[in-house]
Amino acid sequence: MSSLVIIDSECANLSSIFKAAEKVFLEPLISDDPQVIASADAIIFPGVGSFAHAASLISKKKLTTSLHDAIAAGKPFLGICLGMQLLFSKSEESSLSGNNQPDEGLNAIPGEVRRFPEGLPVPHVGWNKVNPVCEHPLFAGLNDGAYFYFTHSYYALPEKKDYILGLTEYGISFTSAVYRGNLYGVQFHPEKSGQAGLQLLSNFGKIIAGNRQIKTEF
Amino acid sequence: MLAKRIIPCLDVQDGRVVKGTRFLNLRDAGDPVERASFYNREGADELVFLDITASVEKRQTIIDVVEKTANAVFIPLTVGGGIDNLDFMQELLQSGADKVSLNTAALQNPELIQAGAQRFGSQCIVVAIDAKRVEVSSSGSDDLKWEVFTHGGRNPAGRDAVEWAVTAEKLGAGEILLTSMDADGTLDGYDTALLAAVAGAVNIPVIASGGAGNLEHLYEALTNGQAHAVLAASILHYGTYSIADIKEYLTAKGIPVRPVNID
Repeated sequence: MSSLVIIDSECANLSSIFKAAEKVFLEPLISDDPQVIASADAIIFPGVGSFAHAASLISKKKLTTSLHDAIAAGKPFLGICLGMQLLFSKSEESSLSGNNQPDEGLNAIPGEVRRFPEGLPVPHVGWNKVNPVCEHPLFAGLNDGAYFYFTHSYYALPEKKDYILGLTEYGISFTSAVYRGNLYGVQFHPEKSGQAGLQLLSNFGKIIAGNRQIKTEF
Repeated sequence: MLAKRIIPCLDVQDGRVVKGTRFLNLRDAGDPVERASFYNREGADELVFLDITASVEKRQTIIDVVEKTANAVFIPLTVGGGIDNLDFMQELLQSGADKVSLNTAALQNPELIQAGAQRFGSQCIVVAIDAKRVEVSSSGSDDLKWEVFTHGGRNPAGRDAVEWAVTAEKLGAGEILLTSMDADGTLDGYDTALLAAVAGAVNIPVIASGGAGNLEHLYEALTNGQAHAVLAASILHYGTYSIADIKEYLTAKGIPVRPVNID
């Protein structure tokens, strides 16, 4: 039996992600056990709250290596919201909060996480359009400009345009979806984005199934 | 562009949806899970449950309702009513709620907002404000004031609504759910002066509540009232308008809304 592991990042939306993944017939497992993560076929990495808190929790739980290994092995990996931001090199959230807390992410996607410019109401809360920049299986069956639910004050800025999968307008145009090989990140909450969100999770399920098939063929 | 949100509000008492006028005369308006699923299919952007029984013994009732709703509906779900501690917040969030709405307990103990925001993130913490116009004695003054009330509108809190909203934002609230007690259930329109006063003073989204009777009222709240979202109960529960009617109207008036899914 193959497994999809939702990383137990102790965040408030774990159960919502679990329920939504179940709804699209994935059979998720919530875990923070490095061995369980090592044997997983695919990972969902959720997060809400502060960057520093989440980054410390990952190192406290000794998950850094397992997460790096899963990404290096090319396992389908989906970071959601703060989980997406943590894929990047660093965030300016900690320094802006005026503390000396950790500001380094997993560095799986080179780039930085920044705060929305002054003058824009933050958090950016509500439904906004995601425009995929290319055709990709993660957005299969979804209209360009489909609406997804967001709630965040920081956004990711990848070093290379090649990593951008989707863009959203909120005062500025920001990266709302990224990818690098089988590694994906979405700034919005597919688990709370109604039919569009379920479609995206179901697409992620197909990517997992496809990946599994490739592995068996070899 | 960020869409304006249409949020059906379900007042839940003993596990049933009810709706009253000016916080009184409650009438039955259906089963919460059925209503939630219905509004989700109709294109609601979010849902709010306000548990108006909220007696400690009946806490489990709302948790069951949240759990069942979250299994069926995949849009943001806010729950309020009698939430006065972090453990209860956590229980609700684990049952599938996305946000908790704090009202009386936050006024009695403002640190609750801060503690909730630190533990769960500001995006989880909605501060609900029930406000009522204060008669300003100085004649000819258009300096409007609103006082905050607690306990479902029964007790004056002795605080100014705008000042309290600003304080709540500083403490870490992610959104303000602003109900005009004068307008609630009257179908005469939102108190747009109240909305504009609060929305102009804070940098977080304000959700307009209380008084929606027709489509123009919703438009007014989102434009003159500067609200990011509108909460509506009566006009939806009794079928006066569908979410599709609302969104079609607002779209025609140039307000960005998430289109209703036809599937």
